[in-house]
Amino acid sequence: MPEPMGFYTDTTVCIGCKACEVACKEWNQLPSTNGGANTLSGDSYDNTRQLDGMHWRHVKFVEQFPDDRTDGRWLLMSDVCKHCVQAGCLEVCPTGAIIRTEFDTVVIQSNTCNGCRDCIAACPFGVIDINPVSNTAQKCTLCYDRLQGGLEPACSKACPTQSIQFGTISDLRKRAQARVDQLHNAGEDQAYLYGADDKMLGGLNSFYLLVDKPDVYGLPPDPKMPTRNLVTGSVYAVLGAIMVGLASIFHLRDRGAAEQ
Amino acid sequence: MNAAPSSTWFSDAPHWQWYIVFYFFIGGLAGGCYFLAAVIDLFGRRVDRPLARLGYYVAFPAVLVSGLLLTLDLSRPLRFWHMLIERNTFQPMFKPWSPMSIGSWALLFFGAFTFMSFLAALADDDRVRSPLLRRFQRPGFRVLRAPSTIGRIVAVLGGVAGFYIAGYTGILLAVTNRPIWSDTPLLGMLFLASAASTSAALLILLAQRANRQLPGLADLHRFDDWMIVLELLVLGAVLWSLGPVLQAWLNAWGVLLVLGVVGLGSIVPLTLSFRARRAGLAHVTTPAVLVLIGGLLLRVVIVFSSESV
Repeated sequence: MPEPMGFYTDTTVCIGCKACEVACKEWNQLPSTNGGANTLSGDSYDNTRQLDGMHWRHVKFVEQFPDDRTDGRWLLMSDVCKHCVQAGCLEVCPTGAIIRTEFDTVVIQSNTCNGCRDCIAACPFGVIDINPVSNTAQKCTLCYDRLQGGLEPACSKACPTQSIQFGTISDLRKRAQARVDQLHNAGEDQAYLYGADDKMLGGLNSFYLLVDKPDVYGLPPDPKMPTRNLVTGSVYAVLGAIMVGLASIFHLRDRGAAEQ
Repeated sequence: MNAAPSSTWFSDAPHWQWYIVFYFFIGGLAGGCYFLAAVIDLFGRRVDRPLARLGYYVAFPAVLVSGLLLTLDLSRPLRFWHMLIERNTFQPMFKPWSPMSIGSWALLFFGAFTFMSFLAALADDDRVRSPLLRRFQRPGFRVLRAPSTIGRIVAVLGGVAGFYIAGYTGILLAVTNRPIWSDTPLLGMLFLASAASTSAALLILLAQRANRQLPGLADLHRFDDWMIVLELLVLGAVLWSLGPVLQAWLNAWGVLLVLGVVGLGSIVPLTLSFRARRAGLAHVTTPAVLVLIGGLLLRVVIVFSSESV
């Protein structure tokens, strides 16, 4: 059994070149949007805008500039499926299309998915969407086919700055912690790891080094499992059923002689 | 980016639209009508059995429509059977912790019960026309309905399944990471109360259309009033439990919730019903029509307000 594999993304060295996006699209044969017509977002240099069924990698451009543009900074982050150890999508999928692989990654089997879209609503990160070509839910597979062939994923292979690093989770965590220590020593006190330990959904197999609050990058500060409401929601529903049931019996019962 | 009121703001909308809205509404009517029919059969007066038959007549077609709506909503409709059979192993596909998985099985079982009760109701009404079916009619189909022992078992199991169908849709929404839906655990309870009020309203309308002067009709009116009150109380609890997430309703959806669901669909019918009872008018239909409109609007608001975040 192979060790759990994943990504460590150091956002401080991402230059926004989008080589990862292109490599992902090429390897996974994902179609272009609008048949390749140039569609600009109009308010950002980020024209991909989001992860979805046709974009399994997305370089986020967080543009922090005041209105007079006298100061500012770019935060760049190559976003991807987090391959959560406790994966909400996998948990709710009613068809068994979403599986955990021998590499501890989460993969949607396109030949099984029927497009119910429950996984889209369950993912706390907004990663999954329907691919309009296959009409099934799709997302990053962490290049499952490449991993089976002993290759590293296309995106990390293409990354020219090693912002995206691939490896075993234990090794990546050591590398990431060393980088955080290095940044702290250099005076960048804001650097921290997002999802590297098992407190967040059992651990994210794709975790990040960030230098601002998670929501600045469009990441939830406190992602949760969808099933957190299952027991309490069911208890309340049963309580409601008892109330409705008793009320219906009380009103509709045969009162016999008392009625006459 | 402004601070989000909940971690659910970072998820994506699943594009559940009108098919799902109508499924929630019609599925609720199927479950509620069957349940009320079963209660009348099990505990009610014998003279009210025609009212129960109306419930069975609604439940079976409503389940068929529900299954059709759910199938059409899939991005790959021809793969609907993947909900029940694992595609690679052909073993039953069942995840007890996934509301959508249990719901698919529940709909199947509920469909079987509604079909049995539908046939029994037809036989009781002497409406079985097909010569083939007629051969089974006596005593076959009538056995499927109370007061026979088999009929009682069908009514109890079908009634429980009906309750499940009426309420699980709210739990399905709660077991996601979407704004509003997963920010309160009370949607299952809310949908159940709403299914009870809309189903009673539909049975009232159908009975009056069929010109049935049954003692159970006045009881159903009173029951419906109490269910509207219950629905309002649960809706209040939902609003309270949402806390800062309530800002998602500071828009047209919130207006529709207050004016359409609370005002037009609850307060107005309650007032009209109260006035009608004081004036001795037993057969006013307007409140029932408004309750049905309110029940549909409730599902419209719940589904689309989260979809639009």
